[in-house]
Amino acid sequence: MKLSNDADLAALAASGALEGVDRIELDFPKFTDGRAYSQALLLRRRYRFAGDIRAMGDVLIDQLVHMYRSGFTSAVLAEGVDAAAAERQFARFSAFYQGDVNEPRPLFARQAALESA
Amino acid sequence: MYQYTDFDKQFVKLRAQQFRDQLERWERGELTDEQLLPLRLQNGWYIQRYAPMARIAVPYGEISSTQLRTLAHIAREYDKPAPELLAHAQATQDALQDAQPGATLPAPPLRYGYGHFTTRTNCQFNWIPLSRAADVMDLLASVGMHGIQTSGNDIRNITCDALEGIAADGIVDCRPFAEITRQWSSLHPEFSYLPRKFKIAFNGAAEDRAAIGWYDIGLQARLADDGSVGFTMKVGGGMGRTPVIGSVVREFLPWDQLLNYIEAVVRTYNSYGRRDNKWKARIKILVKSEGQKFIDAVEKEYKAIVELDGAPHTITQAELDRVSSHFVLPKLKPANLPAKVSPQGQLYQRWLQQNVRGHKLPGLKTVTLSFKRPGSNTGDADADTLNALAQLAEQFSAAEARLTHEQNLMLPWVHESDLPALYEAARALGLAQPNIGLLTDMIICPGGDFCSLANARSLHIGAAITERYQDLDELFDLGPIDLHMSGCINSCGHHHSGHIGILGVDKDGKEWYQITLGGADGSELSGPAIGGKVVGPSFTAAEVPDVIEALLATFRTLRKPGEFFIDALRRVGHDPFKQAANSARRPKADQESLAEQN
Repeated sequence: MKLSNDADLAALAASGALEGVDRIELDFPKFTDGRAYSQALLLRRRYRFAGDIRAMGDVLIDQLVHMYRSGFTSAVLAEGVDAAAAERQFARFSAFYQGDVNEPRPLFARQAALESA
Repeated sequence: MYQYTDFDKQFVKLRAQQFRDQLERWERGELTDEQLLPLRLQNGWYIQRYAPMARIAVPYGEISSTQLRTLAHIAREYDKPAPELLAHAQATQDALQDAQPGATLPAPPLRYGYGHFTTRTNCQFNWIPLSRAADVMDLLASVGMHGIQTSGNDIRNITCDALEGIAADGIVDCRPFAEITRQWSSLHPEFSYLPRKFKIAFNGAAEDRAAIGWYDIGLQARLADDGSVGFTMKVGGGMGRTPVIGSVVREFLPWDQLLNYIEAVVRTYNSYGRRDNKWKARIKILVKSEGQKFIDAVEKEYKAIVELDGAPHTITQAELDRVSSHFVLPKLKPANLPAKVSPQGQLYQRWLQQNVRGHKLPGLKTVTLSFKRPGSNTGDADADTLNALAQLAEQFSAAEARLTHEQNLMLPWVHESDLPALYEAARALGLAQPNIGLLTDMIICPGGDFCSLANARSLHIGAAITERYQDLDELFDLGPIDLHMSGCINSCGHHHSGHIGILGVDKDGKEWYQITLGGADGSELSGPAIGGKVVGPSFTAAEVPDVIEALLATFRTLRKPGEFFIDALRRVGHDPFKQAANSARRPKADQESLAEQN
């Protein structure tokens, strides 16, 4: 399923249109257009979409970590992209301050949980 | 000031490492200029008129002596143009000057080797080559500094009242809330590619000294009847081409809901803000065009975050306590240095009156060092000055200082008994002009000498006004006046909020200046935030100092005893001031004959 950047996610979810969908493709018309980050996050966190969310369009390696943290699970990169450079981006930060789709708790909640454990 | 945790320190270092990796890939051609652009902006690196500009974040303006020394080192060793570049830049500026005979003012030469304090308490350098950017970021990271989100279409460096936590009229110390918000917004996965930049300011005192009405989100701390802390939240303020004052969306937002509600605002903006036109992309345009519909959408989103998403960013008391405990009250002891200054001397008394303010703690004062002085541009500090500031802060203020929104530097922990010795030391550095809040305490952007967005230069006008108003008797007689100047409509010099505003515009490749009257930043002196009104057609640079003089002469004639400029202007109305300003225009023939004489 392809969704445009102005798709009404709440209406789609309420209508049951997301049920049974394996993959949702979200568009980056330009890599600086960040609407799809919010869409991916809402699909995961609020509408509990469990299938693949794929980043399409102007997808560059320096935004992949943001995409992954917002709920994307696959991306179509341009040909000839250095895979090692892409992997380096994922290896760099061990943690972030704010929560995300994969780890909803912010750093402070994670640290507090560790301390009380 | 905030003491970094090991995680914070490591985070900043990794960010510097990431930027080095990005720059190296760009140098190898793996990233295009266009692809690098937002990445370098999100680290504070612009490409300006002649060279890159680095904007270093100083959250809440708080800076240590160690950090000041690092800035001094960067100013000395890195903020240096190659001789050919400087010669080219100066020649280009000279040509601009020569193309406007009789219509302009003497221009100070392009300077280098200094840091520039901005209205958003950042520190900028103008001449560091991109090839040395990664080294500079490593150096900064070694003292807990960075340029994270000082530019780009993201949540920018967060600001507060310069007196946050130490103000005599303080209600709540907002620094911990600002820091919690700063951490939440840093490298935010969802909000790093917004339609446009997004600025948040906090104010924790009775008086609004953070200009919160002019921010994308402005937060005023409040205490409820039961003593609990909350915030009045304004959304959609901003300057630029369309000046707008923020609308109140919540009268009292409980403190623990701060991040959840900001998330709702920013998500609504990210989803619906315009992306087709740079000039209409700020949240203020969305708020203005949608009105109550926007507020309803935010409320709906907030409700969903709380009820459906589990509100994961609800701030806990433990987290507030933890972050608050990192704003360590430094060990305070007086310097007890000898001083020869006569306590009754007029200059010293004037300095006490203008530059020294009350403090929350008994026996302490805050002292503002004035960076509005002849022979130097507003807010500029060279390497020697930065080093001297580090030492001054160590001697007199527990090794801490604060950059202010008005582009000065404040010492926050000064013992009252040390004021004479501090005055002498500041005077020796040329930083004791008793002009804080007076006409020459101007806010000025770097303008067309450096900035690629600027339509006109601003520094030569600042220099001319500074020179003309050196008589302290006259300055004190004129009383408090906010004079703000921007070199273009992007309004970095906050001209909209000046009692007198000056805006540089470009007409046929020549520099012109619009004068506005009656703007307010929201302070007690200025009254509720509002944009100034244009007096008429724009003026040449050469006319601007005469226009200022005419406005002030009108004020002197019309004022009641003890009345301030802004109050007289509001009481009398703009008309007599407009007439005075327009009478200061030079006939075209005069300008031409002046040009011949020159």
